[in-house]
Amino acid sequence: MDNLIEIRWHGRGGQGAKTASLLLADAAFNTGKYIQGFPEYGPERMGAPITAYNRISDTPITVHSNIYEPDYVVVVDDTLLESVNVTAGLKTNGAIVINTTKSAEYLKSVLKGYEGKIYTIDARKVSMDCLGKYFPNTPMLAAIVKVTGIMSDEAFIQDMEGSFKHKFAKKPEVIEGNMNAIKMALNEVKSI
Amino acid sequence: MSIRERLSGNEASAFAMRQINPDVVAAFPITPSTEIPQYFSTFVANGAVDTEFVAVESEHSAMSACIGAEAAGARAMTATSANGLSLMWEMIYIASSLRLPIVMSLVNRAVSGPLNIHNDHSDAMGVRDSGWIMLFSENNQEAYDNLLMAHRIAEHKDVMLPLMVCQDGFITSHSIENIMLEEDSEVKKFVGTYKPEHYLLNRKEPIAVGPLDLQAYLFEHKAQQAKAMKNAKQVILDTAKDFEAWTGRHYGLFEEYKLADSELAIVCMNSTAGTAKYTVDRLREKGIKAGLLKVRVYRPFPAEEIAKALSKCKAVAVLDKSDSLNAAGGALFTDVTSGMFVNNINVPTVNYVYGIGGRDVPSTDIESVYTDLAEIAKTGNIGNPYRYLGLRTKEGK
Repeated sequence: MDNLIEIRWHGRGGQGAKTASLLLADAAFNTGKYIQGFPEYGPERMGAPITAYNRISDTPITVHSNIYEPDYVVVVDDTLLESVNVTAGLKTNGAIVINTTKSAEYLKSVLKGYEGKIYTIDARKVSMDCLGKYFPNTPMLAAIVKVTGIMSDEAFIQDMEGSFKHKFAKKPEVIEGNMNAIKMALNEVKSI
Repeated sequence: MSIRERLSGNEASAFAMRQINPDVVAAFPITPSTEIPQYFSTFVANGAVDTEFVAVESEHSAMSACIGAEAAGARAMTATSANGLSLMWEMIYIASSLRLPIVMSLVNRAVSGPLNIHNDHSDAMGVRDSGWIMLFSENNQEAYDNLLMAHRIAEHKDVMLPLMVCQDGFITSHSIENIMLEEDSEVKKFVGTYKPEHYLLNRKEPIAVGPLDLQAYLFEHKAQQAKAMKNAKQVILDTAKDFEAWTGRHYGLFEEYKLADSELAIVCMNSTAGTAKYTVDRLREKGIKAGLLKVRVYRPFPAEEIAKALSKCKAVAVLDKSDSLNAAGGALFTDVTSGMFVNNINVPTVNYVYGIGGRDVPSTDIESVYTDLAEIAKTGNIGNPYRYLGLRTKEGK
């Protein structure tokens, strides 16, 4: 497992964190990597906290367990920050990416002194602007690709176009909005 | 040429079934195997296969329909998990005793109760003495490959036994991972067509299937089943040899990972073997002679081969993902240690029951087993041979 990157997703049931983790696995796979994308299934229901995972590596991945010391954490819903220990085991040379409009002071206080990098994006704004509905997973996917740098913006955009054409074969009207959300999110994610 | 893809274990299994294109698939949905008949029914609806898909009302009927189809001379497949397999129980024994080479994908899950949908091996262990060949799979690739080899083994004239391919529910069934797939035409060629010697729809040879079998013959019929299970071992190896010549992927009765010179060895099955490989590599970097024996073929059980492979170790731990609740040890432990005993191999061996009901198995847990083994190897003191791994204690550990 050379150059292994481990990512943990925190979201709420229905927000598409699992789908985002699978799309990230797809995108990394298309760059020639070895990948894993898997959710931690619990008592699934709308609104309940859920966790999903990614491993991305240059060589085959044999480990089949949850991820306890991730390089990156993605928080799809900032209401989880006070109820879930999202930085548990997160490497200090890694980063956390949060969908939020909250202040830097607030975030630093709820992240209990996490020393790594903190990135934020207003995925609600991106989604409402581009899709007219709140689907935070597409902007969050773009945000984590940008932060990890696992592929270039151009390669990612090109790859997602193919993925969406496949995924939304029966609803082609949503492809453009999702592509716009990807492009906008790549520019909106910022470090605090 | 092999095709580089990424699929979940369930997707890979359904993909294999599409390529095999059996005559009949009868299934009833149950988590975490539901996706297999779900994806397969899409293949049926799209005309990608010409299989007769029988959407039955229960697993008992699913196995019954497979039995009827195979007895008629068709190739039948199904998929299930946990309580679905429990409901098939009566028909599981009928399938093997009628010598019907049905192939099942068993996505392992804890048998209730209380209700739990997550992975352990209690479903598979419940049918370990039912006369089915049982292959276990570390990941999506092995679940796929084992299914491609399944019919060649089950339908072999020296075998004629049903076969189940096991994989870990959710852990591999729902994890997207890299996989190498084979071309449809190549799979078709490798799997071949099923030409049963005796079957109900043969007008030239009227036969009865499943009549009363009392004191005069049942014993002999059971001995024939046992013989077939013994024969299966060589057929499994021969099939694996042909499979390797075709795909380049090697399979045996079990996989030895850095076992040849190892002093401390773990024996386990399915996805945990992958985590153990990672742990072995890390320990080897520290100079610890750790190794792994991953059981692929659980039935027939390669007792002598496993015993010999472990004979040079100083301490062995057998990991059971199902508790036999017998106050003595898990099923794999009992099989491995009895194999060692009858082959005069005396290596200190302990049992760990682990991962019950989907309890996650991190590499740190596996590492702790090797730490325990090092102590046993040093002192020669086994202590309690029947242990837990990853069990929460009152102290909140």
